[in-house]
Amino acid sequence: MPSGVIPIVTADAARQRRRERARGRQTDTSVRDELRQWLGQDLTRRDLLIEHLHVINDRLGCLPAPQLVALAALMKLPQAEVFEVASFYHHFEIIKEGPDGLLPPLPGLCVRVCDGLPCAMAGGEALRVRLAALLGPQVQVLATPCVGRCETAPVAVVHQHAVTHATAEAVVQAVQAGRTAPAATTHIDLDAYRAQGGYALLRDCMSGARDPLQLIELLEAAGVRGLGGAGFPAGRKWRIVRAQPAPRRMADTLDEGEPGTFKDRVLLEADPHRFIEGLWIAAWAVGVAQITVYLRDEYHGCRQVLRAELARLLADPPAPGLPEIVLRRGAGAYICGEESAMIESIEGRRGLPRLRPPFVAERGLFGRPTLVHNLETLYWLRELVEHGAAWFAGQGRHGRQGLRRFSVSGRVCVPGVKLAPAGITLRELVDEHCGGMLPGHRLYAYLPGGASGGILPERLADLPLDFDTLQPHGCFIGSAAVIVLSQHDSAADAARNVMRFFAHESCGQCTPCRAGTAKAVTLMDGPRWDAPLLGELGQVMRDASICGLGQAAPNAFDSVLTYFAHEVGT
Amino acid sequence: MSPVLRPELRFTLDGRSVVADAGETLIEVADRQGVQIPRLCHSPGLEPAGNCRACMVEVEGERLLVAACCRKPAQGMVVHSSSPRALQAQKMVLELLLSDMPAQPLKHDDELRTWARQLGVGSPRFEPRERIATDTSHAAITVDLDACIQCTRCVRACRDEQVNGVIGLALRGESSRIVFDLGDSLGGSSCVACGECVQACPTGALAPATGAARMPAQVQVGSLCPWCGVGCQVRYLVTDGQISQAQGRDGPANHGRLCVKGRFGYDYSRHPQRLTVPLIRRAGAPKDATAMADPELARQAWFREATWDEALTVAAGGLAHLREVHGPHALAGFGSAKGSNEEAYLFQKIVRLGFGSNHVDHCTRLCHASSVAALLEGLGSAAVSNPVRDVLQAEVVIVIGANPTVNHPVAATWIKNAVQRGTKLVVIDPRQSDLTRLAHVHLQFRPASDVMLLNAMMYTIIEEGLVDERFVADRTQGYEALAAQVRHVTPELAEPVCGIAAERIREVARLYATSRASMIFWGMGVSQHVHGTDNARCLIALALLTGQIGRPGTGLHPLRGQNNVQGASDAGLIPMMLPDYQRVTDAAARARFAAAWGVPVERLSAEPGLTVVEVMHAIHRGQVKGLYVMGENPAMSDPDTGQTRQALSELEWLVVQDIFLTETAMLADVVLPASSFFEKTGSFTNTDRTVQLARQVLQPPGQARADLWILLQMAQRLGLDAAGYGAGDAAVAALFDEMRRSMPNLAGITWQKLQDEGSAVYPCRAEGEAPEVVEFSHHFATADGRAHFVPVRSQPADELPDAEYPLVLITGRQLEHWHTGSMSRRSAVLDALEPDPVALMHPRDMAALGVPPGGLVTLRSRRGQVSLFARVDEQASPGAVFVAFCYYEAAINRLTNPALDLVAHIPEFKYCAIRAEPGGVLPGQTGFGASEAVR
Repeated sequence: MPSGVIPIVTADAARQRRRERARGRQTDTSVRDELRQWLGQDLTRRDLLIEHLHVINDRLGCLPAPQLVALAALMKLPQAEVFEVASFYHHFEIIKEGPDGLLPPLPGLCVRVCDGLPCAMAGGEALRVRLAALLGPQVQVLATPCVGRCETAPVAVVHQHAVTHATAEAVVQAVQAGRTAPAATTHIDLDAYRAQGGYALLRDCMSGARDPLQLIELLEAAGVRGLGGAGFPAGRKWRIVRAQPAPRRMADTLDEGEPGTFKDRVLLEADPHRFIEGLWIAAWAVGVAQITVYLRDEYHGCRQVLRAELARLLADPPAPGLPEIVLRRGAGAYICGEESAMIESIEGRRGLPRLRPPFVAERGLFGRPTLVHNLETLYWLRELVEHGAAWFAGQGRHGRQGLRRFSVSGRVCVPGVKLAPAGITLRELVDEHCGGMLPGHRLYAYLPGGASGGILPERLADLPLDFDTLQPHGCFIGSAAVIVLSQHDSAADAARNVMRFFAHESCGQCTPCRAGTAKAVTLMDGPRWDAPLLGELGQVMRDASICGLGQAAPNAFDSVLTYFAHEVGT
Repeated sequence: MSPVLRPELRFTLDGRSVVADAGETLIEVADRQGVQIPRLCHSPGLEPAGNCRACMVEVEGERLLVAACCRKPAQGMVVHSSSPRALQAQKMVLELLLSDMPAQPLKHDDELRTWARQLGVGSPRFEPRERIATDTSHAAITVDLDACIQCTRCVRACRDEQVNGVIGLALRGESSRIVFDLGDSLGGSSCVACGECVQACPTGALAPATGAARMPAQVQVGSLCPWCGVGCQVRYLVTDGQISQAQGRDGPANHGRLCVKGRFGYDYSRHPQRLTVPLIRRAGAPKDATAMADPELARQAWFREATWDEALTVAAGGLAHLREVHGPHALAGFGSAKGSNEEAYLFQKIVRLGFGSNHVDHCTRLCHASSVAALLEGLGSAAVSNPVRDVLQAEVVIVIGANPTVNHPVAATWIKNAVQRGTKLVVIDPRQSDLTRLAHVHLQFRPASDVMLLNAMMYTIIEEGLVDERFVADRTQGYEALAAQVRHVTPELAEPVCGIAAERIREVARLYATSRASMIFWGMGVSQHVHGTDNARCLIALALLTGQIGRPGTGLHPLRGQNNVQGASDAGLIPMMLPDYQRVTDAAARARFAAAWGVPVERLSAEPGLTVVEVMHAIHRGQVKGLYVMGENPAMSDPDTGQTRQALSELEWLVVQDIFLTETAMLADVVLPASSFFEKTGSFTNTDRTVQLARQVLQPPGQARADLWILLQMAQRLGLDAAGYGAGDAAVAALFDEMRRSMPNLAGITWQKLQDEGSAVYPCRAEGEAPEVVEFSHHFATADGRAHFVPVRSQPADELPDAEYPLVLITGRQLEHWHTGSMSRRSAVLDALEPDPVALMHPRDMAALGVPPGGLVTLRSRRGQVSLFARVDEQASPGAVFVAFCYYEAAINRLTNPALDLVAHIPEFKYCAIRAEPGGVLPGQTGFGASEAVR
């Protein structure tokens, strides 16, 4: 402005906006008042953010920007904190204004087609393409990571209604019939469970007839290990948390998102009280004041069952003085199966795994010592006490001890949850529990532990399947999700599927996993793989990732390079 | 009890046995040991994140590598920072990040490239991720997420440090992205442009929009921020005689933090309208009090250029002539709270010795005169008892009548940090503010009912036995009178007057009284009332009653406005006080200063001088005929400026020393082109009683001269012996030395100490003595060492709304602009962010008027009217309109009420009756065109 004379400035859009309003998005008071009605009064609790987002998402089918702004105002949170949480979870769809400043029409019904490996092998992708064409633009058809119904692949979910062994026709029919609610399941309800002697053990514990230390010793004698994937000895975990200062907390993960895993859902749908009794017994033994159950959002049916049964228990508690059980709902994030990420999510934040130390047993939920368990571990408790440690430890094969529930899917005749001795081999599992391979299919390879446990070739189908037995082969059993591949499948394709899954599910926090999984997808894309570079990449992912996701993700390409090199031209 | 002996923590780092201090992480030990470990997400002062994984090291016996920035060593641990495995991980992390970087660095000292070079990482072997469009929507900051490495330093700077919460890391996996609010453009977001993210960003993904980060600066100068009283230390990067960047230094008040004005508002000194030649009014040029002129056109039309010699001779001669003809009471001077201590000290000396009167004042009269009066009366000292950062030690903090996120943004960050750590914040204010989101309680009381509310709190404290009786008995005087005064002021009585439920008043009273340490901050919502002194008296009484003073985390902190308003007041720019608050009526004090200044005591007037607003009245009356104004703009800042401008135009002789042709300077006879803050060296005293050194950063443009040089010239021509001070920085040092020798509180601070350490806290009464950071731990500064309760009764505002003028007008400032706007509106970024005059109104009031958001509204009081844009403000209280006084196009002080507080003579800027009408005419031009370059 060399003349020194003040120029007459025309108001551009930004300038006009500054005249009109304070900076940033402003709260729409009518939206705010509406939200206040939907959400109730207690809006200052940060940990309820995801629950509140669910309420809005359930009502509107999405999260429009004005609602997020109003929610931030009501919760006294910065908008960015609401947005980063909402955008982290797949099940929240954020709707923002277009260039015209107007909101697009809210999305209609959503059909999610599972693209987990078992469903993909069963033709999930073709189903998705076909559905998109058949259902038209009014219905959103999305690919979604494993929905935990691999035994009935392929699966499509119409809003919350799962169509199993899905065909395009069946899905279209469900859409047209408006079947969007979860299908009813039959389960052992409170009365039936009590009639079978349920909650007697809990009453004994609470009345002082039992000693917590004896129970811990029983777990140790039986050799029970955590069945969520890491296999940490349960008794030792209880001792560690028990020794921490009170108040202690307990968080139970029902977030089995590991592709191929569905055992928790099957157990919960059948016998929820066996699990709940286990929860309370563990809480008693460890001295826990409050229990949080974190249920993956995909398990809509389980949620209904749990809500109903917990309400009945609240009205009619099996014993006095039991700790409260709070049911929390995930929102579509595999990473929240990782214990510290789950804790972050329960606290209302993005599911970013925490750095250790400190371990969650020392500083977990809301900064308190926390006992974290998987459903199946607790589900076993009553049976263990009833049958004794020796009974459990006496089970097993090939030198291994105990029983395992395998989630078997893929090219077998009878997929499903299989209760089998620890140490059983894949070949035995398929033959004895799954009715053998499907007609026309010959065993080619298998994934012993879902997406993260690596891929083994047919020639290694006689290894005992258990914790610690597969490490020498670069694999692990994890949550015991076994996916069986035949000569019609490709190990490299399976590896690509799981690497895409990891890239999709990486929380994005640390470089080795965020960038590593994405770069690996690209490197694995072609027919010939750069084995040395993948090797270097895998090493940094294993060594330097914050959590197990990034550390285990290279198993996929490492297995292929080790056992199926012929598929990738190396 | 014997101290617990902790065995030293010893471990092995790269084969060396080393000792870790308590709480140290591996990377901190390594840094101390000179072991270089790459790091990107780690930044001292921010919470460790451990996400970049560049600092992975190998610990013997552990399966995984560990992040050195997060892991603390254990006894006997064996750590390898450059084993092949550790090195491979470090390099691979850098290579992964590097593969996504733009081809050219966005920052010349890009940390990622620096580490990659250092570790010998070659060209990345991975495909880059998808490119992301650059966001240039913001005037100050360009966002280029191509260079983002998701290290979250910006998130932590924005969320944890500044507690603005604008930045988040959204989405996940490779899509995870730095976002603003709901993933909005930065320009459209709620960003307050503090720029802490820019300072934190290692790669320049967030960088100054000017591109200044791409090139190294030629010179770096450590100085201060020119704007508010917080007193942030700043590093200025200078290239080709221009400031290219401002960065926070680790000063005692800011610890590296800055706000939008400090970080981006440094360019006003090079605005084309800068005065660079002395000006003398053309013969016959009219002094039109009603004109609103373009400064450049006004300069050409009304002034001619002159030499310095002519200008100084004419300027001083005109004043001297009036003194000779009409006597010393015909002259007055307004010094500046934006000048240095040395300038303020010399200015008051010029008035007292050169003019021969005490008619010297400055803008403290308009901001905290009432607080100063009450503090002097009650505690014997006119400064804060505890520094801002003491809030981190408080359990409860009351912020009353202050909006620090706007007016003291960096001070506000410490308050916000305290809240994050669990301090309970009580906001007492008729308006909502950004702080209310964090408040434990917000008492949104009716404007001007402060005394009633505070008395009711004191009633509760006495009634419920929460008085600190020991403190009251040992340390105070006058409790009985106070108790008698508040005895009838029940919370129930206050409830309808203040609009606050009685139980809420009780709750806050209990909270304040019973906490381990409670602190009070206040601003001009307290002071700028006809009962401003009474308001401050109540706050003082509240602290005394409960013993919440004299300890860390307690006390009274009036947030001082200008960068040197504390120092200017200390130095005696006050009509009733000599330096160091020595009353002019005190013969002994006069004798001391006469001796110090080497003049006969008769030359010092014993008659208190006129205050700012009184000077204007005296001009009207014909008493004051000549005025010397240095760096102040009463034509914009005084209440009822229509009258002020009329008075200024009636002066026989007006000399203005400034850097721009302000609305005041337009009415001057002589205009002396002065130095901006960046063009001089001097000491400045912040709100915390910290004296800090500002070093010269730039040369004055053209013939503009350092203020002190001008003052010395004027002094010499007005009969003072100024030659002894020398010139340049030597004169600054000489003046500081004279000042400290005549001001016992500063006696221990030498110019050399300021040179060496950059800052020093007073009281510091002897060299080498530790300063009193927290005052009054043992006695008060009163004559008897006790604090004095002053009971007060609630009185209404001077001008209450009525049927004709139904709304209340509250004036103040806004974040991006400073006072009368002469500087901030000439800064490109600040002007771009807040270009137009706005009235902040509650949506209900706007709807009732039928004014759409952004529509024109005309505000009218009994004294004047302005038209400006109506901005919807949910935070306003209905019935109250807020306007900042920085807009010459809509000079809101045309409307304000010049009614004064009887004790401190401060005007009631925070309350007058107005009416609003839809529509109006705004001049076709707004601002000074500063932001054209960045638009």
